[in-house]
Amino acid sequence: MTPFFALLGRDLRLSVREGGGAALALGFFALVATLVPLGVGPDLVLLSKVGGGILWVGAVLAALLSLDRLFQADYEDGSLDLIAVSPLSLEAAAAAKIAAHWLSTGLPLTLLSPLLALMFGLPLAASLMLFLSLLVGTPVVSAVGAIGASLILGLRRGGLLLPLIMLPLLTPAVIFGAGTVSAALNGMPNGAFEILAAFSFAGTLLSPFVAAAGVRLNLAG
Amino acid sequence: MFDWLFRYANPARFMGLSGAVLPWLAAATAVVLGVGLWLSFSVPPDYQQGMTVLILFIHVPAVTMAAAAYGTIAVCSLFSLINRHILADVAARAAAPFGALFTALGLITGSLWGRPTWGTYWVWDARLTSFLLLLFIYIGYMALWSAIEDEVKAARAAAILALVGAVDIPIIHYSVEWWNTLHQGESLLSGGFSPVFLWPLLVMMLGYGLLFVTLWLMRIRTEIVNRRARALMQRDAA
Amino acid sequence: MGHLSFDMGTYGVYIWPAYGATVLGLAGAVLWCWLGWRAAKAKLAALERGAAPRPNRESKT
Repeated sequence: MTPFFALLGRDLRLSVREGGGAALALGFFALVATLVPLGVGPDLVLLSKVGGGILWVGAVLAALLSLDRLFQADYEDGSLDLIAVSPLSLEAAAAAKIAAHWLSTGLPLTLLSPLLALMFGLPLAASLMLFLSLLVGTPVVSAVGAIGASLILGLRRGGLLLPLIMLPLLTPAVIFGAGTVSAALNGMPNGAFEILAAFSFAGTLLSPFVAAAGVRLNLAG
Repeated sequence: MFDWLFRYANPARFMGLSGAVLPWLAAATAVVLGVGLWLSFSVPPDYQQGMTVLILFIHVPAVTMAAAAYGTIAVCSLFSLINRHILADVAARAAAPFGALFTALGLITGSLWGRPTWGTYWVWDARLTSFLLLLFIYIGYMALWSAIEDEVKAARAAAILALVGAVDIPIIHYSVEWWNTLHQGESLLSGGFSPVFLWPLLVMMLGYGLLFVTLWLMRIRTEIVNRRARALMQRDAA
Repeated sequence: MGHLSFDMGTYGVYIWPAYGATVLGLAGAVLWCWLGWRAAKAKLAALERGAAPRPNRESKT
């Protein structure tokens, strides 16, 4: 287990040292939450209706920001080759990187969300469900994003391509994440949270295998 | 189990077989589409929707082929990853532009059908929204192929993306349907289909299918010829 | 079976653009395929012709 946590810890430290840690994602998330009311008007009744969806979309976009570097940095300086031949399997390495990415983006975004929910006039119950849905759903954003990151390794403009190929695949997370907030707003349970949890669980479990395949394909050349 | 298929997967054999079949396919396509159009323009007007059912005769085949083309890409991608066969790579890539075209046509015709039926050019119903997402998936797939220079790497990466998409698309479709019932409550494209409308629709579907296969085979053949040309250029440069 | 009719009533403004877009799109696809094939064949033929007068391999120095 130690190599797994060593890689996880190293990635976390690197993200803080080189990327400002969660600051970029948090800043982007907060900016989106600020820009939308500027775009649609300050009516809190309207904002509370759309807040769940807007904040979910904002969180997904913020999490995607740093994804293209997930494998790229190690690929460029040769560390990825070393990881590939280390006793840690590529699948486990991918899982460690996904975990580190979530800890430095998805989790901080989740923790900030109640404050942003306040800015959208979401009642307490809805705010709580937003928090829980992000907590449960952001791991799959990191996980599915890692698959995309593994496929665009070595591309110069990969960062532009990554959202294009990843966002359609993440629509279930957005739909059920926002649906969870809707259920709390209406007081009518709709099963969204359970489906989100299932999607997230399955996606997070399977993606290290696919991401490892993508990395392997790019290292082989 | 697929030995017979792999015998024709040899590019030279494939060129021979497809070259022989293609003129017939093209002729059949033209005939079937002609019959389909004649049948379509011969239907009586629907008492509720007038002649707008005509649009369905080009909308339903388009969306069906959009989905079928993706299925083709998914199957080819599977062979691409398991057997590492160049023909599978080429076939997968060749199908994509047509799939994207059918998706776009499905969206346009769906929108034009929607305006007289529901009152707006765009409506966020489950089918149109799903196909809009499918269009993005096609574009992303083609972009990935174009972005990677190494042909073999591009083929493998695109194959992985296509298969991830294939697994996710049913989930996406289900989630969009769920979202639609949450916000709108009823299915907008329900309603019976009178038998007199069935024949033109089926014939047009067959015509679209034949058209896809014809164009797809032609693209594969073109790419094989291009690869031979590239190989010759590399040999000459050596 | 009905008779062939092009009278679309008020719906023509939706039906004809739909068919127009479809015809344009599909014809465009056919044309693109056809031109691509012709160009590929021409290129290959030119390359094969260019390589034809190549001398024997043994005379490589």
